[in-house]
Amino acid sequence: MTLLYPLQSLAAHPARLSPDYRSTVKRSPQKPLIPMRHTLSELTGPVYGHETVRAHDNDLTVQAKGEPLGERIIVHGHVLDEDGRGVPNTLVELWQANACGRYIHVVDQHPAPLDPNFTGAGRTQSDDKGYYKFITIKPGAYPWGNHHNAWRPAHIHFSVFGHAFVSRLVTQMYFPGDPLFPFDPIFNSVTDAKARSRMISSFDLDNTKPDWALCYRFDIVLRGRNATPMETK
Amino acid sequence: MSNPRPDGVTPSQTVGPYFKYGLTPNGEYDWNDAFTNNLLTPDTSGERIRIEGKVYDGDGAVIPDCMLEIWQADAQGRFSDPQDTRALPNSSFKGFGRAGTDKSGAYAFDTIKPGVVPDADGKPQAPHIALAVFARGMLLHLYTRIYFDDEAGNAGDSVLALVPADRRATLIAKKAGAASTYTFDVHLQGDNETVFFDV
Repeated sequence: MTLLYPLQSLAAHPARLSPDYRSTVKRSPQKPLIPMRHTLSELTGPVYGHETVRAHDNDLTVQAKGEPLGERIIVHGHVLDEDGRGVPNTLVELWQANACGRYIHVVDQHPAPLDPNFTGAGRTQSDDKGYYKFITIKPGAYPWGNHHNAWRPAHIHFSVFGHAFVSRLVTQMYFPGDPLFPFDPIFNSVTDAKARSRMISSFDLDNTKPDWALCYRFDIVLRGRNATPMETK
Repeated sequence: MSNPRPDGVTPSQTVGPYFKYGLTPNGEYDWNDAFTNNLLTPDTSGERIRIEGKVYDGDGAVIPDCMLEIWQADAQGRFSDPQDTRALPNSSFKGFGRAGTDKSGAYAFDTIKPGVVPDADGKPQAPHIALAVFARGMLLHLYTRIYFDDEAGNAGDSVLALVPADRRATLIAKKAGAASTYTFDVHLQGDNETVFFDV
């Protein structure tokens, strides 16, 4: 299979300089990026990493001696390319705050409790159809210093590879209906509403496990489309 | 095809300030590393090198919460990816590394000097390493390349030729002394802004 990575696909991404998110002001280049034709260095990518995945790395509720506090959830979906094909056997990594909105990272000083039974890191490998699944707890919203009364909507960070170095993606998964959406400059750095909606998981009642956990579905679409597309109706 | 055609890619978002315990724990958190900054295995062939440097923002301040990822060919110029179908010898070298910067903004990779990889027209490129840079304040990572100052092939490299001559030095790692250590700093902004590629 030969895939193409046209630059038009990048239009969905945020502008690197998005001044409402203050940290971008000194961390975005001011000189124009230089276009170049892709070579093997861009068109290949790591197809490993999943050998490091251990049996329970995709279940963040069983990594400690006891169960973490908070609302247990299932997060699942497919890693897809731009043609909707599953990206098989690719590493999916995630990290997140605990139910109180606190990260275990030493830099996080939000005065909310840490949970001794929750690290907040997970990884898995998509299956041969691109499907992945995590069990975790719903992260809390948390304040940050970007502006007065700034709060991040609840989110889970995702890191995914795909078929090429240029399909690499780091993103954040949000939860449907979050009242903080209109006020978050990171979420709104994606200016197209349809593109923003692709970062929001959907509530999945069919896969909610009775008496146990709500389920959310989150498909992750990576760059890469067929070099010779078939006719579509 | 089991899935409807998506209406676009999932947009990128910043890694934020708290990725370390998930992506680059390096023994500081109770989590194993999927990737490290050491690409070498005992049987890796090729010239062993270290690449080290610091990452700076537009004020010239070091960035202590940056993640760098590299992707490169082995010493024979072959990528550890079945999509590289050239008939070259297989090696156990994987070619991908990940490093976080420390409090002084510094990072390092232990790897090998890559071999020669063809460009889009099939002509040889100078040895280079693809580099992706992620950080808080970066909504979308940046791509650049690390070249080496002791490679004659730089003069004929078709990608370096796209770069204005007065900015090319930002892409070239400099050998520091006799040991096989190269220095490569990344400036996200400012007078010495690193050249980034729109790929």
